[in-house]
Amino acid sequence: MTQGQIEEVIHTDALIVGAGPVGLFAVFELGLLDIRAHLVDILPKIGGQCSELYPEKPIYDIPGFPLITGQGLVDNLMKQIEPFHPQFHLGEMVVELETLGTPDAPLFRVRTDAGKVFEAKAVLIAAGGGSFQPKKPPIAGIDTYEGASVFYAVRKMEAMRGKRIMIVGGGDSALDWTLNLKPLAERITLVHRRDAFRAAPHSVNAMREWVADKQMDLLIGQVTELKGENGILSAAVVKGEDGSLHEVACDALMPFFGLTMKLGPIADWGLGLHENLVPADTAKFETNVPGIFAIGDINTYPGKLKLILSGFHEAALAAQKVHRYVYPDKKLSFQYTTSSTSLQKKLGVS
Amino acid sequence: MVQITYTDAKGTARTVNGEVGSTVMETAIKNSIPGIDAECGGACSCATCHVYVDEAFLPLVGAPEQAEEDMLDFAFDVRKNSRLSCQIKVTEALEGLRVTTPTKQG
Repeated sequence: MTQGQIEEVIHTDALIVGAGPVGLFAVFELGLLDIRAHLVDILPKIGGQCSELYPEKPIYDIPGFPLITGQGLVDNLMKQIEPFHPQFHLGEMVVELETLGTPDAPLFRVRTDAGKVFEAKAVLIAAGGGSFQPKKPPIAGIDTYEGASVFYAVRKMEAMRGKRIMIVGGGDSALDWTLNLKPLAERITLVHRRDAFRAAPHSVNAMREWVADKQMDLLIGQVTELKGENGILSAAVVKGEDGSLHEVACDALMPFFGLTMKLGPIADWGLGLHENLVPADTAKFETNVPGIFAIGDINTYPGKLKLILSGFHEAALAAQKVHRYVYPDKKLSFQYTTSSTSLQKKLGVS
Repeated sequence: MVQITYTDAKGTARTVNGEVGSTVMETAIKNSIPGIDAECGGACSCATCHVYVDEAFLPLVGAPEQAEEDMLDFAFDVRKNSRLSCQIKVTEALEGLRVTTPTKQG
């Protein structure tokens, strides 16, 4: 953000970090208490691990569902929270949290890596195993090239114009970037460990045509060494299946080895982490910072079980305390969705 | 019970007992074997339980299926004896199985 620019601030009652099953159900529990929520997730889609890791796998321990798939659960939760109109901010990571309020009347300013700014009276961390981030291959010195020559994502395509680019991987990310960057790049070399690609067949076919046409190169092997100076890459060494070494001149390397979960910037929020988990009390699931809650797999407390059902329970209890921050003067009376006409009105079923 | 030995990238070996019917990944996690992350919990969808199977056991362990071969694309330094340990079922025939974990999983 440059000086003089006016920052647009999104005001919300609650900000939920993570759009997995627990973050989604928190929308429901908060919504019943008239608390509006925005959700931020680093993934480009809703559902967290359920959608990213096991969309087709059956889950057997969701109460009331003898069997439901990861994606099925996410779809159902989305339907369940529809009446509360949650606002999603996908493909963004929360990076900064600033405390504006007091312990009795918390207020937080939260910034994402895409430059969005939120002001929220409560922050619910429902980040599961952390944020999904690109896997970094264990090639000696790779970190010294990151940012200038090694990229795990492309934010500005134009920056890649005229470069000799080496793309590593055999999935959709690797093939999509091969196709997208081909018109801009000086030369593309695709490196994959085997001559089979799990990416969409039409992208693989397009790539193979270009290779046959000598418009780009395909190397079967794995990158073992990077060469360059002062963080600027000049070549990468690829070890073929037969052990032979090929040095390929390149200005940029883009490895696509999928995602792994890392705690990320939340680690710097002063939450007194215990083994990369956020300690929370078991009455309100609040952290050591009043107004910041931790629910689902990311939290820890005596007896914690990393189950989706535990996260649902934690969301319900946290919502009660969030209500006190959002509506300090309102008395909260406990109601059931089966009998309360006011709750049914909120759900649009009365 | 079937004895399984896990050797880490630095050469430290740990031998534990695996239950027939469980997986080589589950046995590692149960026994707190370092070098196996198993982020997805055994759904063959993360490639963070990658191991190298001792050559002598390769014929007994068998080759990966298509989904596992695809997932191995997300592992680092994949070799001919690479497997995802969540996809190797512990059987009596694997008594004495030896696997090595790679330098980096995720």
